[in-house]
Amino acid sequence: MKKFLPLIIFAALCLVPLMDLSSYVMHILILVLMWSVIGMAWNILGGYTGQVSFGHAAFFGFGAYTAGLLYYHLEISAWWGIPGCVIILTALSLVVGYICLRLRGAYFALATLALGEICRVATENLVDFTQGNLGIMLRERTWVDKTWYFYIILLIAAGTYVLIKVVMESKLGYYFVAIREDQDAAESLGIDTTFYKTISLCLSGVLTGIAGAFFMNYMGYIDPGVVFPLYDISITIVMVVMVGGAATYWGPIVGAVIMVFLAEEIRSIPYIGAAHMTIFGVILILIILFLPNGIVGDFRKLMKPFKRKREATS
Amino acid sequence: MPELELFLQTLIAGFLLGGLYGLIALGMALIMGVMRVINLAHGDFMMIAMYIAYWLFTLFEIDPYLSVFVAAPALFLFGLAIQKYLLTPVMKVESILPHNLVILTVGLAMVFSNLATVFFTGDYRSTPVSYASNAWYLTDYWPDSPIELSLSMPWTLSFVIAVIITIALWIFLTKTDTGKSIRATSQDHDAALLMGVNVNRVRMVTFGIGMILVAAAGCLFIPIYYLYPALGRQFTNVGFVITVIGGMGSTDGAIIGGLILGIFESMTATYIGMGWAPAGRFAIFVAALVFLPGGVASILRKRRLGK
Repeated sequence: MKKFLPLIIFAALCLVPLMDLSSYVMHILILVLMWSVIGMAWNILGGYTGQVSFGHAAFFGFGAYTAGLLYYHLEISAWWGIPGCVIILTALSLVVGYICLRLRGAYFALATLALGEICRVATENLVDFTQGNLGIMLRERTWVDKTWYFYIILLIAAGTYVLIKVVMESKLGYYFVAIREDQDAAESLGIDTTFYKTISLCLSGVLTGIAGAFFMNYMGYIDPGVVFPLYDISITIVMVVMVGGAATYWGPIVGAVIMVFLAEEIRSIPYIGAAHMTIFGVILILIILFLPNGIVGDFRKLMKPFKRKREATS
Repeated sequence: MPELELFLQTLIAGFLLGGLYGLIALGMALIMGVMRVINLAHGDFMMIAMYIAYWLFTLFEIDPYLSVFVAAPALFLFGLAIQKYLLTPVMKVESILPHNLVILTVGLAMVFSNLATVFFTGDYRSTPVSYASNAWYLTDYWPDSPIELSLSMPWTLSFVIAVIITIALWIFLTKTDTGKSIRATSQDHDAALLMGVNVNRVRMVTFGIGMILVAAAGCLFIPIYYLYPALGRQFTNVGFVITVIGGMGSTDGAIIGGLILGIFESMTATYIGMGWAPAGRFAIFVAALVFLPGGVASILRKRRLGK
């Protein structure tokens, strides 16, 4: 049963558009899937390889801008951004990896934090190339209906899930975990740690970029403040993974469901909506304190009180 | 010689800015050295101090420079509480993700900057002190000098106070027992523990001192800068960029790094464009990562060993 759970969920999701849901519900579902792709991508690097990134908005925004700029300058469909960003983001990841994955400790976290800011400042200032703060708008979106967007992102999410599963159960995945657990030990066993960390970053960056390119096509409008913000994208990615559970297959998906619904709910409450960052921050702090491995990672710990009760009653 | 004038003026502005940046980075470097944590809420603590100074000025007309004596103790206590009730418990938590504490400080930063927006709105504020536009001109003292340079009074005042605080910190770190145990803990945590240093207390004190430094920096910045809730992030960035340029956890490096960054930033602002100043900040950060990963501290150490 457990083995087929992903397949069952995938089949169930395939049938969702047939249920004739309102376009708002479809929008939420698309966002949930998009955030699970980004969360899973971050998880490869942060959860499995142990290199925490605070700047995944840079990869997300690069993907989005690749699609947008292809459309704006070359006047081809923005969907070309999805294959296009594979090339661009591999290049970006190699450069970033070369610069800061040689170093240990907090350097990588700081460098990624800086990367996000660099991208934002650069896109804001390169007005001739990126339109600056005006942003890029698609003159018309491919479909008005959300069904096809849903299927595309569902396919991307399923592909990401399968890719991660395949990678993590291959030699590569074991290298990643070895690096996270003890870099010196991994190195002494002959693992080229910098090389494998860079591969992990490439995988993570490219998948995040694909999500970004999808975002451009789906929303039809981007500007630097939308795709490169620190709290709204970079830290939210970290939260998606931490809430769900780092280094678990299902963690980012569970996290994405919770975070997207929470964000939508909190923002719609009057007065409190303005303080949604505070609420997110408090949730983040509480998760770090009490559920450091997330809902999926600490599932047993979460279930403990219920189990004891059952034992007591029986 | 307007070009030379511009260059020298930019250099002076950068130097003054760098001294203040150094003060922000000093607190960060101290915390980094002792706790092995980059405090990404550093700038937001500074924002809190600036709001304290701002409200003291607006409500009671207390000079921002005097509000150091209110803001610094307030943030010291606040820092102790944060260290005791948030950072220490998290240090004991076991988790898969490394950098748990860093993520915690990001959470704090989110809460602070958002709460500031909720309570004080996103308006830009400043303290219009009476001497804000006072300045000293070179021609006043040397009537037939070929070039004209000016020295803004609040900037100079802030810089001088920053230097005094830095010297006071240096005396504290080298002459007192607490200061020595802070340096010992920062050099080798386990050895300090074995020598009978109460590492937990040292951590608390260090975090408190970092808060004092950043509170002072906030009060020094408010007369010459403006204030808005999201300002913290900018100064957090400044802080960690300097910490990396200076070498992680090195206080000497932080001061030199502060001056380097201040001068570099004011040069990019003058010669490339205002909007690019943040990019210049990160360009020098990347350059430091590529060419000098150990930071200025590694050069200083080599010098010392070479003797």
